[in-house]
Amino acid sequence: MKFKQYGVAKRGETSVQLRVLVTLSAIVLALLTASIILLVAKSNPIGVYVGILQGCFGSLYRFSALLEKLVPLLILSLGIVVAFKMNFMNIGAEGQFLMGGVGATLIVRLLPGLPAPVLLPLMAVVAFAFGALWLIPPAFFKSKFETNETLFTLMMNYVATYFVMHLQYERWKDPAASGMPKIANFPENALLPQVQGFHLGIGIAILLVGVVYILMNRTKTGYEIAVLGASENTARYAGMNVHQTILKTAIISGGICGLVGMIQTAGPSGTLSAEITGGLGFTAIIVAWLADLKPVRAAVVSFLFAILIQGGSYIQTAFQIPGSAAAMIQAIILLYILGSEFFLRYRIIKSGKRVEVA
Amino acid sequence: MENKQIVKMEHITKVFGNVKALNDAGFHLNRGEIHAILGENGAGKSSLMNVLCGIYTPEYGQIELGGTPVVLSSPADALKHGIGMVPQHFKLVEVMTAAENIIAGTKGKFWLSEKQILKEIKEKSEAFGFHIDLQKKVYDMSVAEKQSLEIFKVLQRGAEILILDEPTAVLTPQEIDNLFQVIENMRERGHSIVIITHKLEEVMRVSDRITVMRKGETVNTVNKNETNMKELATMMVGTQNFDLSVPYLSVPRGKRTLEIKKLSAYDNNGIKVLKNLTFDLYQGEILGVAGVAGSGQKELCESITGLHTKREGDILFNGESIIQDSPEEIIKKGISLSFVPEDRLGMGLVPTMNIVDNVLLKDYKKQEGLLSRYQSKLTADELVETLHIVTPSTDRIPVSLLSGGNIQKVLLGREISLNPKVMVTAYATRGLDVGSSQLIYNLLNAQKEKKVAILYVGEDLDVLMQLSDRLMVLCEGEITGIVDPRTTTKEEIGLLMSGVSGKDGGLNIEI
Repeated sequence: MKFKQYGVAKRGETSVQLRVLVTLSAIVLALLTASIILLVAKSNPIGVYVGILQGCFGSLYRFSALLEKLVPLLILSLGIVVAFKMNFMNIGAEGQFLMGGVGATLIVRLLPGLPAPVLLPLMAVVAFAFGALWLIPPAFFKSKFETNETLFTLMMNYVATYFVMHLQYERWKDPAASGMPKIANFPENALLPQVQGFHLGIGIAILLVGVVYILMNRTKTGYEIAVLGASENTARYAGMNVHQTILKTAIISGGICGLVGMIQTAGPSGTLSAEITGGLGFTAIIVAWLADLKPVRAAVVSFLFAILIQGGSYIQTAFQIPGSAAAMIQAIILLYILGSEFFLRYRIIKSGKRVEVA
Repeated sequence: MENKQIVKMEHITKVFGNVKALNDAGFHLNRGEIHAILGENGAGKSSLMNVLCGIYTPEYGQIELGGTPVVLSSPADALKHGIGMVPQHFKLVEVMTAAENIIAGTKGKFWLSEKQILKEIKEKSEAFGFHIDLQKKVYDMSVAEKQSLEIFKVLQRGAEILILDEPTAVLTPQEIDNLFQVIENMRERGHSIVIITHKLEEVMRVSDRITVMRKGETVNTVNKNETNMKELATMMVGTQNFDLSVPYLSVPRGKRTLEIKKLSAYDNNGIKVLKNLTFDLYQGEILGVAGVAGSGQKELCESITGLHTKREGDILFNGESIIQDSPEEIIKKGISLSFVPEDRLGMGLVPTMNIVDNVLLKDYKKQEGLLSRYQSKLTADELVETLHIVTPSTDRIPVSLLSGGNIQKVLLGREISLNPKVMVTAYATRGLDVGSSQLIYNLLNAQKEKKVAILYVGEDLDVLMQLSDRLMVLCEGEITGIVDPRTTTKEEIGLLMSGVSGKDGGLNIEI
């Protein structure tokens, strides 16, 4: 009396071919599903899908808009990758992003007259420091008292948001904005240089992919982060300084997220506001997971996400599709890709069989 | 006699992979008796009881309850037949009160009258002699309170037959007295109780009948009144020495490398888990450490290597105190630890990383600048070849996907490749087949020849006695004897393991 049962087993590793195949099938299935919604909304699905691509690659301007969406998402996900690799659930990227923006703005307000080649690096350094400072308390309390960093970092987001609102509505409010609660736009020398409409931000993002890749794969710190993330006991066994590694990781992770605050205020936004993050700090968590906490994959995944965001906003205007329909298409594609991860991490087996390769 | 018998298990065989956890084992339980299942670690006590409460399904064998053959497919199924197990590691909801834990999961009306239920529970628990504060949250409870709650919970769910897995392991002597009182009360009310244990004294104190197990088989069932501790110890460890062809290698003993002086250690609850250990370790010797599980072996290994910090006393390495040193400094001095925990991967290896990265674990600190995996890759390939590690790849497959034996070879091989001066190794052959074990004994002997001082914590007495130069026996955190395995009998060591000292204390020898 034995029933045949099916279960799942973890895959050891996935080949690139399988990964591409599964992801592509997920996208195709998602587009098929989304077609139903578009047909109900009386649009031509194929036209809309082509429109999404046109919105991203149709012109130099649209492409620069695509990269503008990509940069913050990618850098935030890199920061998150570093922390998550240590099993440190930093969901406070939003807050670190905002505080980085506060740091950058502070420098602009204190030293507005500095020439750009001095001012911009200084802004970047201070933004990094502010972002890092915002992640140090959760890390410190976790390493000393085993507090839960997930809640702690989440709460720090709200503190940062209301602090920036306070600056925006009171302390740093621009008197020249005729009553609008707004921080004054940065002067020309505090803005990132542009080439053909492309901000320097994309250069920084690409550079950071390399830096984080080397950090995680070729440095002692990166190795310690990975070991600690997999097993704290083993880390202690190997003689690692657990407290120090946690703090170091928090500085790197929070700092990278803080840097985004500088890039966005000195780049596309031109100033600091509480709305500047647009929830990207949370989207970046999904990116980091989908990228399996690997920096180069994070670049690929961020790029796909950026296409969804930029293409989605383009079709709204180009096809007169309601914003909610565009959001639904984005959500459907995302859902399918997230779901397909299951097939990449597990495989279906007949139960009762243990999976061992040797 | 026949109608008194409520459980009859016969010819039970349970196989895990290629290890026979139970081999034609069985036992009979009478109504209203306290029955002890006695045996060393890995003797199959828990496995047999897990079969009885539906956690394991045996490959072969019959279970009869009150004369009717049954198939028990799950713990819930077993509970329906009145069999309940109190696990060693409690399964209670920490944030709930005792009463909520008792009620949760029981069938009943949707709305519960709290007052009435509390009253019922209170009366019943007091009748059995439990001291349970029903409004207390579990996280505020002591271990003994949690245990009482767990036992009562099982009782409340209708268990007539209660199986207690090592119930005294976590209790103080006073708490043990209370527990035994409760057990006797339960017996008087017609319940049958099975106690899984390896403590001879407790067996003699509380049980009516005793079933002894060894290596997956039931050796014998005896009445308490017709036996004594010595006989039980003999049955537990066996008399004949199996020829495991573990070669003993005679190497002239070198100078004293490690001196342990009055070493004590405490666990997180402040309970003393090592009590004033004093011993020496010499170059070119294997000092075996015997003892039932949880006698302080883990704490001893971790204290020497600086991982267990709640300790006092002194540890001298070549005459120099290392008790204040960090694990990193101790590693640098050449003291290596390879501890194979029960789950094999808890410490020492990073399960998600491949062999190369695991070899890197003890190497990376020596590197300057960017990390290079070149040397680790060479070492990993060498380990795979010399230790016959079966793996498709050293740098693509996480070690967690390797089989247990191969995982252990990676761990031990890495430690040996570091040319340590002192090797602390625990359960190095746990769960390995004969061939792999043999390989590991040879590796250790080769280290011994190279004048390495080895502390070998083991489970199998036969192996310990053949491999070691001296054998140290631990019981409940104390050294009960350091003996010459070549002039001591297994029975004597078995008694030392159970905390029964030698007739005239003459077993403590200093060689």
